[in-house]
Amino acid sequence: MTPDLASAIPGPDWLTERRVGAAQRAAAQPMPQADEEIWRYSRIEELDLQRFVFSPGAVVVTGNADCESELLESDPVAPAPDVFAEWNAALSEPIVLRTRRGQVIEAPIVLEHSVAEGQATFPRLVIHAAADSEITVVERFRSDGSGAAFVAPVVEVHAGQSARVKYLAINELGNDVWQVAHQLAWADRDSSVSLSTVALGGDYARVRTEAVATGQGSSTKQTALYFADGTQMHDFRTIQSHVAPRTQSNLLFKGAVKDTARSVYTGLIRIGHEAKGAAAFQTNRNLTLSEGAWAESVPNLDIETNDVRCSHASTVGPIDPEQRFYLESRGVSPEIAERLIVLGFFDEVLEQLPLPAMAAQLRARVAAKLDGVAASVAGAVA
Amino acid sequence: MSGNERHTLEIRGLEAAVEGKQILFGVDLTVSSGEVHAVMGPNGAGKSTLSAVLMGRPGYQVLGGTVTLDGVDLLALPTWQRAAAGLHLIMQYPTEVPGVKLDDVLAEALVSRGRSANGLENLLRAEAARIGLNPDLLHRALNVDLSGGEKKRNETLQLAVLEPKFAILDELDSGLDIDALRDCARRVEAASNAGLGVLAITHYSRLFEELKPDMVHILVKGRVVASGSPELVDELERDGYAKYLGPEAEEAAPTKRSSLDDLFAL
Ligand SMILES: Nc1ncnc2c1ncn2[C@@H]1O[C@H](COP(=O)(O)OP(=O)(O)OP(=O)(O)O)[C@@H](O)[C@H]1O
Ligand SMILES: [Mg+2]
Repeated sequence: MTPDLASAIPGPDWLTERRVGAAQRAAAQPMPQADEEIWRYSRIEELDLQRFVFSPGAVVVTGNADCESELLESDPVAPAPDVFAEWNAALSEPIVLRTRRGQVIEAPIVLEHSVAEGQATFPRLVIHAAADSEITVVERFRSDGSGAAFVAPVVEVHAGQSARVKYLAINELGNDVWQVAHQLAWADRDSSVSLSTVALGGDYARVRTEAVATGQGSSTKQTALYFADGTQMHDFRTIQSHVAPRTQSNLLFKGAVKDTARSVYTGLIRIGHEAKGAAAFQTNRNLTLSEGAWAESVPNLDIETNDVRCSHASTVGPIDPEQRFYLESRGVSPEIAERLIVLGFFDEVLEQLPLPAMAAQLRARVAAKLDGVAASVAGAVA
Repeated sequence: MSGNERHTLEIRGLEAAVEGKQILFGVDLTVSSGEVHAVMGPNGAGKSTLSAVLMGRPGYQVLGGTVTLDGVDLLALPTWQRAAAGLHLIMQYPTEVPGVKLDDVLAEALVSRGRSANGLENLLRAEAARIGLNPDLLHRALNVDLSGGEKKRNETLQLAVLEPKFAILDELDSGLDIDALRDCARRVEAASNAGLGVLAITHYSRLFEELKPDMVHILVKGRVVASGSPELVDELERDGYAKYLGPEAEEAAPTKRSSLDDLFAL
């Protein structure tokens, strides 16, 4: 990755200038180290970006294109929380969806990315939802064939007053692919933003998701289902940030790890002094399905006002043996009991996804991944 | 139910421990198809332990003795195969299983018994009506946010659908109001008339107004200390367990007090 790549991308001068600026900042930064707090528990030192060749990537957009747009010089510039977001600002050619005031786009817009072996891609999606408009967007990340690749997607959501935005990212990347993703959302007065993630793929797949309630009465929701097996690792950083009064945030992250897979959840609720009457709820639950699997959950609070309602719950552990026993006492085999319990565990998230129609398909994907569990349990017994 | 086939559940010299502490000291009981055996005894006597050991609940160790169903060694089987062999447990405190729906579990339970799950929905609706269970609960997560009475109606419905050969009822009556108790007890009585063998653990005779016992066993400190005809229930109701607590009655006094607490708690 070099700054020349940024200047070579066609576009208006102001944009090229921004790109080059981002590329220079990115190139000047050292690669992250796991001893930095924000990369704690990660596998970041294993990443060698030089192994990959920059590619603009391949994406297919379906659904209502009525709102497809371009970046404007007057659009706010999103911060880049790390070097990968900086490279994304430098090298991406964003897909911009911009609704009109009051526009309701019923059908979801779907972006299908395919990541090819050896490539480093930096997809960016920018959603500007005008006042009182409504939009749902799904981004699906898949691999084109097998082999290692690197993808650093960024989604920016700017929800105007009373706008309703729902976003779902589905990671079905191949098991050799590295992902460092960013979700950034700003919710203006009385708007609601939902950011959800279903993570099944990747070798090391990280998502940093930050929802900022910037206007009073706004609400944000962050949900995720993640399930890692083999040697996969899923790494989540969540931020629920409140900077306006009477704002609400809800977060529900549920994950499972099996074989020797790992997962990390680090979540922060940040409530500024100006956010009187804010309510923030955070729940992270993790199932460890194998002896060798490992999950960590680290909730944090940073609260500067008294007038708040706040709660967080986090659990990590194997399937409750009493639940297992209950199902087995009905005559259900251990493998099927485990499958029912894990799918039941994830249903709470699947039921909340913006696209009920997609829930069944994703549930089937989880079930297929679990069948490996069933096989290994049966193997252990035999 | 298995019509007029006759089956036998035989417990011989069963000894068991929980967390290294021996609770059962040689229990003998034999139940045949269509029979209802009441098991009564003070708090802490080992009644729930007995039901847990029969079903293979984790955390319990069998120290000795045998349990057979028509000669098949149940203790050698994992829990789900004991259930498939025809043993069923209604738990004193049914476990909540978030996200797992009753109808999904019963469908899997039927399939693992080699039965078809076609027609399950109709069967569930019919049983729910018969047992007085709100049909909305048929498609909800198991026992989650159910009242004590709803949980036991739900347990009774599962028994009715799965048609086991033998059922252990661990305090089916606790937490039930009068209507729920009548509905559940009637349903089990009907099943027993159709051939189900029942081991009914309870503290109160009211269960037996609908579910007619053939025999009563008194379990004290992990042993069956007396067995007799149903009149024994009336005697216990009147005189309590004092007579059965044996030479160490002094030591057993706290047990008796907690039994009273249980009464007050109602
Ligand atoms: N998990 C456990 N760990 C330690 N002790 C236990 C455990 N479960 C039961 N016990 C002990 O075993 C003994 C028998 O308990 P059990 O539940 O079988 O009694 P019970 O006859 O069913 O009583 P109740 O009438 O109160 O239901 C009691 O002393 C109890 O404290
Ligand atoms: Mg008990």
